[in-house]
Amino acid sequence: MATTSASTSPQTAPERTRLIRAGLRRRHRSETIFRGLGMAAIVLALGFVVLLFVDVIRKGVPAFVQSNLHLEVFFDPAVIKVDPAPQTGDFASPAEFQAASLAWQRDVALLNWNRIIEASLRAKLPANTQIDTRELLTIPETNARHQVRELFVANPALLGQTVPVDVLASANAANWIKGNIDRSLGDAQQQMSPAARAVIDAFETSGTVSNGFAWSLFTNADSRAAPAAAGLLGAFIGSLYMMLIVIVLAVPIGVAAAIYLEEFAPKSRLTDFIEVNINNLAAVPSIVFGLLGAAAFINYLHLPISAPLVGGLVLTLMTLPTIIIATRGALLGVSPALRQAALGMGASKTQMVFHHVLPVTLPSILTATILGVAHALGETAPLLLIGMKAFVAQVPVTPLDQATALPVQIYLWQGNENRNFFEPRTAAAIMVLLGVMILLNGTAIFLRSRLEKRV
Amino acid sequence: MNSLAVAALLLVLLGLAYQSGWSRSRALATVGGPKVHSRPQYHGSYVAIWTMMPALVVLLLWAWLGGELTHNHITAQIPADTLQALDQTALNAAINRIRAIASGFGVAGEVAPYEQAAGESLRSFQMLTGTGVLLVAALCGGAALLYARGRITARLRARNAVERVVNIALLLCSAVAILTTLGIVASLLTEALRFFTFINPLDFFFGTVWAPNNAPTAGNYGRYGLLPLLAGTLMITAIAMLVAVPVGLMAAIYLSQYAPRRLRAVAKPMIEILAGIPTIVFGFFALVTVGPFLRDFGRLVGLNINATSALTAGIVMGIMIIPFVSSLSDDILNQVPRTLRDGAYGLGATQSETIRNVLLPAALPGIVGAFLLAVSRAVGETMIVVLAAGNAPVLRGNPFEPVATITVSIVNQLTGDTDFSGPQSLVGFALGLTLFVITLGLNIFALYIVRRFREQYE
Repeated sequence: MATTSASTSPQTAPERTRLIRAGLRRRHRSETIFRGLGMAAIVLALGFVVLLFVDVIRKGVPAFVQSNLHLEVFFDPAVIKVDPAPQTGDFASPAEFQAASLAWQRDVALLNWNRIIEASLRAKLPANTQIDTRELLTIPETNARHQVRELFVANPALLGQTVPVDVLASANAANWIKGNIDRSLGDAQQQMSPAARAVIDAFETSGTVSNGFAWSLFTNADSRAAPAAAGLLGAFIGSLYMMLIVIVLAVPIGVAAAIYLEEFAPKSRLTDFIEVNINNLAAVPSIVFGLLGAAAFINYLHLPISAPLVGGLVLTLMTLPTIIIATRGALLGVSPALRQAALGMGASKTQMVFHHVLPVTLPSILTATILGVAHALGETAPLLLIGMKAFVAQVPVTPLDQATALPVQIYLWQGNENRNFFEPRTAAAIMVLLGVMILLNGTAIFLRSRLEKRV
Repeated sequence: MNSLAVAALLLVLLGLAYQSGWSRSRALATVGGPKVHSRPQYHGSYVAIWTMMPALVVLLLWAWLGGELTHNHITAQIPADTLQALDQTALNAAINRIRAIASGFGVAGEVAPYEQAAGESLRSFQMLTGTGVLLVAALCGGAALLYARGRITARLRARNAVERVVNIALLLCSAVAILTTLGIVASLLTEALRFFTFINPLDFFFGTVWAPNNAPTAGNYGRYGLLPLLAGTLMITAIAMLVAVPVGLMAAIYLSQYAPRRLRAVAKPMIEILAGIPTIVFGFFALVTVGPFLRDFGRLVGLNINATSALTAGIVMGIMIIPFVSSLSDDILNQVPRTLRDGAYGLGATQSETIRNVLLPAALPGIVGAFLLAVSRAVGETMIVVLAAGNAPVLRGNPFEPVATITVSIVNQLTGDTDFSGPQSLVGFALGLTLFVITLGLNIFALYIVRRFREQYE
């Protein structure tokens, strides 16, 4: 900008004005360009946010619909040939009853429940339809027979009765019904036989198949044999246990550590070291915490593998630095006047901290905690290393049972071979995860605004 | 032992102790009496702490030793000749059966007479030790309660004592952070050293072939060369930085220098949403949307781009890091003193000239620090790379081809495997150590630069 100024001295006034004008035009043009670049960066960044959300939602919404088959199931005594169920009173000890009851259930499980399902499907077929058993049974999900069997186990009096039962359509059938697969593809590329596809279409017109909200996504655990019945409940409970452990451990320890470092610790080499240490710990890649968990908790302490307990401990260690740093920041922000007033009134240092400083910082600590927990909720990599990617078909009952977590479930589903069916499912799981996180973040913002008003 | 009974005992002790200390203190504070040093709640807490300590010690001792004692008791009940015949699995099964008999649940099938006897004996043993331990804990607690209560006088500095305990508890909490670091370093080092007993460190750090043998035999462990993974990591990090730094920095500049207040209030939190999205979501986005898009785009312009490649992972990782770069740069730009800017305006500089020639040079050290922190983030990122980089540990320079990184290989070598016996799983720790050292170095350096920069303008 300095080149056109006074250095070239002998110039006429109009000449100089012209030069300056030209320079100004150039400078203003570069100003506009620079500003445009800034705008472009903002638009790009916001565009990525929007693109990501739109993409996930567009992919995920179809998975919130499930295809149900409405069947009339006849518990045919000709097929269900078992002894009556054992009763509690007939046995000497609870163990004997349990053994007998398990043996009975084993007998029940050995029955050909597919024949029951097949009969109820055939009852719904339009007249003169030719379809063989194998093809017909590709239409309901494979868990239909377990579902019907469990109805019978729960209530053996059903024998000989006809009961309306809703079962899920199989993943491939659901793909066909929902149009997830291109209907114009040739037979070789279709997952279902032409006869089965015709039957599904007939079911659709007769109302035997209908689409409804996918409750199974929220009420079932993961399932490999019956992909259409695979749900998020197991992963959700696993995540819930881990978050509880994180909250119970990380919050008190983190806040206490921050209080010590900020309020009580003498300025020494040691506290400097702790401080540097915590700052570095906050930036250690999460996968390294997974390595720590695998080596220390599982290999050395022999805690159960794949358990939410270990996952919770690992995530606790990972979240601690975040909470410590945020709490220290909040403590630092409390005005010295408050401290001096408390000390001046004769409060001890501990009283000053716990009665006066801490309550004022509560909103910030709460917010930091929730954000830290939300971050821990979305963490995947360390959990893979402590065996939480094992396939778990049961909903965990205690934090010591095998479990997965929501983000790990996403990881597992995205790797499933039935892409047409599992890509929407993965996106739906992501929507659930993001929904929980948005809920947590919203709570944080709400609490902060509520509590800050009070102070 | 019944955990409900333990909890009840502890609660009762706690309540009793606090109450007794509190009432004793209230009795001291009479009109015209001596001046009491501490308030009643401190006396209460004082007695409570004294009471809980011995009770907890007794219970913890039992938790530590009790399992072993019970186990020994059971094996002592099994006749010697039967015991001889049982191997480890059968012994465990027998012990479980005896436990089931003792609990009253019973076992299915024939019960051997010795099992019945052992079960009944175990049952009385459990009753005895259970009540015994509870009783001992209660007695110790009670004795301590009486002792502490007896110590309460007007001059007792109960508050100071309680505060000392609180301080020690706080100190222990902050020690957890150090223990974590120690735990990380110790576990990484020991396991990595075990790895280096199989594989020469030189072959690891300078090897160019990554071909682990996942079913190793004595002479054939496979080849563990770090360089292909390091190259993949660096390539993806470089691509991510090429995306994140320009966009993040320009966004920060625009938001802090140009944007009207309202736009800033909306755009800043929206960009920060990106920072809160779990990385697995970015990975999915990369895998199902960005990768196929890049592949089709490449086909359009005649390039052979793989759907899962360094480019895909790098671009998406760059998107993930944008908010990190932009919020750090924003802080740093705001710390440059206003006077510098005003001086530039006073000389007739336009806004962009001020930013480019005054603001950015002044903020450069801080921005370099932010850049290094972002690099360390990218190096340690796992899920995006696991899903979208294609896992091909080959040393090559084409960003359109699949690559593998250090983090991906850790996941591949360690997932689900807890038997750290061979180099195929131990290598995860050697890789983790490498990763830890790289990110630690970057972080320390970056924090040093940022701190220097802050001090310069404070």
